[in-house]
Amino acid sequence: MSHDKTMTLTLHVWRQKGPKEPGKFETYEAKEVSPDQSFLEMLDEVNEDLIKAGKDPIAFDHDCREGICGMCSQVINGAPHGGMERTTVCQLHMRMFKDGDTIYIEPWRARAFPIVKDLVVDRGALDKIIQAGGYTSAHTGGVADGNAILVPKEVADYAMDAAECIGCGACVAGCPNGSAMLFTSAKVSQLAVLPQGEAEAARRVCAMTEELKAQGFGNCTNHYECQASCPKGIDVKFIAKLNREYLKALCK
Amino acid sequence: MILDGKCPTGPIEKTWDKHRFDMKLVNPANKRKYKILVVGTGLAGGAAAASLGELGYNVEAFCYQDSPRRAHSIAAQGGINAAKNYPNDGDSIYRLFYDTIKGGDFRAREADVWRLAQVSNNIIDQCVAQGVPFARDYAGYLDNRSFGGAQVSRTFYARGQTGQQLLLGAYSALARQIKAGTVKMFPRTEMLDLVVVDGEAKGITVRDMVTGEIRTHVGDAVVLCTGGYVNVFYLSTNAMGCSVTAAWKAHRKGAFFANPCYTQIHPTCIPQHGDKQSKLTLMSESLRNDGRCWVPKNKGDKRAPGEVPEEERDYYLERKYPSFGNLAPRDIASRAAKEQCDDDRGVGPGGRGVYLDFAASIKRLGEDTIRERYGNLFEMYEKITDENAYKVPMRIYPAPHYSMGGLWVDYNCESNVPGLFVLGEANFSVHGANRLGASALMQGLADGYFVIPYTIANYLAKTAPGKVKADNPECKKSVEDVNNNLKKLMSINGKKTVSEFHRELGKIMWENVGMARSEQSCKEALKKIPEIREEFWKNVKVAGSGAEFNQQLENANRVADFLEFAELLTRDALYRNESCGGHFRVEHQMPDGEAKRDDEKFCHAAAWEFKGVNAEPELHIEPLKFENVHLAIRSYK
Repeated sequence: MSHDKTMTLTLHVWRQKGPKEPGKFETYEAKEVSPDQSFLEMLDEVNEDLIKAGKDPIAFDHDCREGICGMCSQVINGAPHGGMERTTVCQLHMRMFKDGDTIYIEPWRARAFPIVKDLVVDRGALDKIIQAGGYTSAHTGGVADGNAILVPKEVADYAMDAAECIGCGACVAGCPNGSAMLFTSAKVSQLAVLPQGEAEAARRVCAMTEELKAQGFGNCTNHYECQASCPKGIDVKFIAKLNREYLKALCK
Repeated sequence: MILDGKCPTGPIEKTWDKHRFDMKLVNPANKRKYKILVVGTGLAGGAAAASLGELGYNVEAFCYQDSPRRAHSIAAQGGINAAKNYPNDGDSIYRLFYDTIKGGDFRAREADVWRLAQVSNNIIDQCVAQGVPFARDYAGYLDNRSFGGAQVSRTFYARGQTGQQLLLGAYSALARQIKAGTVKMFPRTEMLDLVVVDGEAKGITVRDMVTGEIRTHVGDAVVLCTGGYVNVFYLSTNAMGCSVTAAWKAHRKGAFFANPCYTQIHPTCIPQHGDKQSKLTLMSESLRNDGRCWVPKNKGDKRAPGEVPEEERDYYLERKYPSFGNLAPRDIASRAAKEQCDDDRGVGPGGRGVYLDFAASIKRLGEDTIRERYGNLFEMYEKITDENAYKVPMRIYPAPHYSMGGLWVDYNCESNVPGLFVLGEANFSVHGANRLGASALMQGLADGYFVIPYTIANYLAKTAPGKVKADNPECKKSVEDVNNNLKKLMSINGKKTVSEFHRELGKIMWENVGMARSEQSCKEALKKIPEIREEFWKNVKVAGSGAEFNQQLENANRVADFLEFAELLTRDALYRNESCGGHFRVEHQMPDGEAKRDDEKFCHAAAWEFKGVNAEPELHIEPLKFENVHLAIRSYK
């Protein structure tokens, strides 16, 4: 239900013209914020004021605004996506803040994600990891009937748990090592357990972990911050699965 | 001009097979000499780029997002239809064909719909092979669920994220081709013009959204897979970046736009909370199985729902449509909700909402059963509205969701501009005047995996590769035009922001050309749209510069196109003096409120040719012939 009370908030927003330029926090006031607004709608309004004042609006990535496309990417008060369990920034609502609050807004920070502008980063490195082997080599057409190979429900469910990853990169932003292990392991696990992906499992896990290193991501040292940051709640058990798959591949 | 859809003749069940044989081929060694430009990487574009790359063509793919994994196909929840008949409940290719023709209120081409139904089965097989984790039963077989507009269970699904899983399947196939070097990917790149040389589509002019660079890519054919246009209403269930821009630029370069007035308004969305809202969120319409729609009987009743006694509630769907009740078809349910709100009986902020009340079902079945059926939806609802729908009724309101209209294409998915192909939601071909649930995913993948790989060869075989070079004067002119247009936008430096204009346009469209249209409302909109457009070009304010990452400029350019396109949509709605599917003209309805078609006058696709921004477009007609399904009044009673 709509709340009549509106809030005034102080925002410290990371502003940076480009990847090579120095960045800094700028302070803005967000006025007449309704608790029913989403976080991004609050930023929209701040931007409207900036435009009218002839200033450069804050650049941030967003698209579907319903928590599935994985485009939005902000660290709010130190937590990727704002720290609310299983919630992306776009699904964060202003009722979790109170009048007079101060909010720090930063981009994903990781060596593998260079800043494009302000809160926008380049996550192309995640695409590179998938390109290294995150697929089955099925040609279009000429495949077997969908029911030709049975996949028990438990296996399909396990694969789906991993496949829910939206590729936002919060796991990297949350990790003190800037590791993309959770992201990589989700795809490795999904395809390793399905009979359609099993044939290439060894080759895939090796190629993807190689690429992980090449793209400048750090290593996993079991902080579990990735799982805590993940808006889809992807489980760290998939990292264990990746390690197991990797070991199996080495033995081959 | 009478348009020819170039449909193959003969028995419908043989049309696609015969046509595949009749089409020309490009030999494997020659394929790499051809360059194909694919714009958009949703289900249609991702599938097309991957499949064409795999065949050996030289593909360049473009998307405005930072990665080809993010297109709005990803947001589809329900599922994808296929005529597998796994449940043995009487499904067949013919039945899926029939349901789709009927669901579209007899305004789609028979041959195209047949092909869609025929290849639907291949899609499921393809996705399974890619590792899409479809729902399975304990024995390991694929599971199906039921969906609206069908009496069989033919919908395949992956939890509530079918669109996401199918898109990630296409994205992974695309990633494989990028790695193999057959596809070159250009993310954060937006198409701003189509390059036409000697009447054929030979390139696109794009803006690099990071550096602001404007450049032309030339190719031997262009494939547009750029989605729908319902963001013309400002608030919709589409992603923020969805726009008509690519299709509109092609239209300005000669491609006909067909049936733009066919838009789908989905009845169960979370209502707007205030003026500052940016988009609307869909809730699965399955909720209407156990929820009852009502509003207070008395106008302006502001009491909390629990304080309105039973006798002062109007269960308007049950009252108006006793046989269907709360399960009345999408378009009827949407229009009925609007009527209540227009009558000052709407609920919630701004009075733009109706209740969807689960109290009776909870009393009958218990809260646990309802939680089991809809738990995730109730959770999502609470996240957005801060209300517990187990305790107080949900508030819902209809919202623009999908566009059935789009660029006109023939049976080969080729527009009237040779070399320009259009796939998925961006074309007009298979859904007629109304799309059935779980059919959008099916069409996108059908076009991308199983149609374009065949039909594009038929065009390429007749054209020499590399005919147009980058130094062609048309390329230079296109870059100049785009640059001038952007410079003009930057130079106005007025008082109103882009969003303010977009909101204003959306309001006019929603009120006059939304769920219910009349001659008068269309004329009203046709008066107002040019006025806003004129003001936009005098008074819009775009901050920053063109030579950098500039989201305001991107948006300004999209809204400028919506301001032109809105007029065409309205003209089409005014021209189509009948009701059919999602296009509802209040002058033409059955006594029960169902859409009343006029098959004598309007059993055709209306394709419009651009004649200038302030000039009337020229109408071309493609008559629709129904030889396999008989024209009848659509009834779901």
